Amino acid sequence: MILTDLTIARARNGLRARDFTARELTEAHLAAIAALNPRLNAFITVTGERALAQADAADTALARGEFAPLTGIPLAIKDLFCTEGVRTTAGSRILGSFVPPYESTVGANLLRDGAVFLGKANMDEFAMGSSNMTSAYGPVANPWQRRQDADAVLVPGGSSGGSAAAVSARLAMGATGTDTGGSIRQPAAFCGIVGMKPTYGRCSRWGVVAFASSLDHPGPFARTAEDCAILLRSMAGHDPKDSTSADLPVPDYEAACRRSVKGMRIGVPREYRVDGMQGEIETLWQQGLAWLRDAGAEVVDVSLPHTKYALPAYYIVAPAEASSNLARYDGVRFGLREPGEDLRDLYERTRASGFGAEVRRRILIGTYVLSAGYYDAYYLRAQKVRALILRDFTEAFAHVDALVAPTAPSAAFAQGENMDDPVQMYLNDVFTGPADLAGVPAISVPAGLDANGLPLGLQVIGRPFDEETLFAVGAALERAAGFDALPQIRADS
Amino acid sequence: MSLEPASIRRIASLARIHVEDAELPALAAELNGILGWIEQLNEVNVDGIEPLTGAAQMALKMREDVVTDGGYPDKVLANAPERAGDFFAVPKVVE
Repeated sequence: MILTDLTIARARNGLRARDFTARELTEAHLAAIAALNPRLNAFITVTGERALAQADAADTALARGEFAPLTGIPLAIKDLFCTEGVRTTAGSRILGSFVPPYESTVGANLLRDGAVFLGKANMDEFAMGSSNMTSAYGPVANPWQRRQDADAVLVPGGSSGGSAAAVSARLAMGATGTDTGGSIRQPAAFCGIVGMKPTYGRCSRWGVVAFASSLDHPGPFARTAEDCAILLRSMAGHDPKDSTSADLPVPDYEAACRRSVKGMRIGVPREYRVDGMQGEIETLWQQGLAWLRDAGAEVVDVSLPHTKYALPAYYIVAPAEASSNLARYDGVRFGLREPGEDLRDLYERTRASGFGAEVRRRILIGTYVLSAGYYDAYYLRAQKVRALILRDFTEAFAHVDALVAPTAPSAAFAQGENMDDPVQMYLNDVFTGPADLAGVPAISVPAGLDANGLPLGLQVIGRPFDEETLFAVGAALERAAGFDALPQIRADS
Repeated sequence: MSLEPASIRRIASLARIHVEDAELPALAAELNGILGWIEQLNEVNVDGIEPLTGAAQMALKMREDVVTDGGYPDKVLANAPERAGDFFAVPKVVE
């Protein structure tokens, strides 16, 4: 048995049956990280000793017959989640030495349920990017390679690129991520794994370094829908420390994975068919709809007429919120400080040196769209367009139970591609951004390979707080696709 | 609408980000590219539409206006670049 190949569900059963110990499971993953992280750069910080101590505590609990939902399960934590006593960089130089004195609520929920934290996953700086190329700690390599041109190093997607690469290459059984414009679903699709962005408010944002507060959605990565369901159940829940956290019961998502899709109405948003989309993606989309029809679902066309305006609206709202949230990095209370002639010069030089080019660009855009004289023309208009995007979804969900569409317009691209023009990179989120603006849940599942042997994802978008339907449809797609292709770079022990 | 280098300097100053003169032309080109792409929002009829401020589809909760945390200055100051006693320290701002 190769321990690193197990799903969370199987590992959980194996640990409870004492087929292997939590220490053995964690050691297998730490060995995989030692062997492959130099090549993948999926982790910024590895916390091996802590992980083994947590695994030993899990073994002690298991020996007493006590087990929580995640006892002994080794996970990667996106370096945007504050971890008590463990450096948290947000992928930025400005937080290069920041050691949080507290644990994020989502992290604390996972620890409460017995999880083992292997370390902190690499990411685009402050979660701003679709390729992991903006990290101050170097790019992440996608574990998948093209059949032709196997030498090209591909991006894992972003911003949660390290999380997705770690789970795909079997360096971790699951991971946390955040999705602000597509940062869970797009890397899940690029790396051939499952990523779930729950409804806004389902997972607390407390202790997650803020990028755009009205858009940031913490969520899980894993290699199956069922594993994502197990993780989400632990991560979710009401948190009085996040005023936007939903005070609703958390359902049994794992059970939802076994629900039938028979009789469900699945919507196909016609505006998600865009110029320049890889041909195989259209084919895979049709295949996915056929699978759902075979499983007894009814497939109907729907219209989300404001889809094309989602990304331009996003690139006003997200930078505006970022410019406000990132004002706290001033070299005074925590993080990097660069000396200056006076206090103002200290602020300006600290921020120029601490932030990378993409973060500076977005802060400047955000500052501009919020500045006197431009607020109505940009920010207020974008918020109204955002209302129309939500209305599109609300009207669609009056007729259908869920929507199915491609996750991204292409498979993973190579490091260095799409780098010349910021707008070109932004267009990666064309299918993912709308659900973030509306706050509705969405899951990406791997459904097939393109001609180059690279994974492609399909996403299911659902009604607010109806993640259960998404797990049912996602698991149905997963069963029909029988996706069993493996990345070329992966742990083998 | 197109941003001139002088406008970029003003925005950078509002954002408290130091920008060298040599960086301004490239920065202007990038920001104008993004703003030009955003202009398409002007095609959308937003008459009578209420702006949507967030994705939370529920009323925000009220809580008691009381202190619930605190009393550990060493934890608060642990990441400070410079401290003086129980205070954050900055360069002298008053002559």
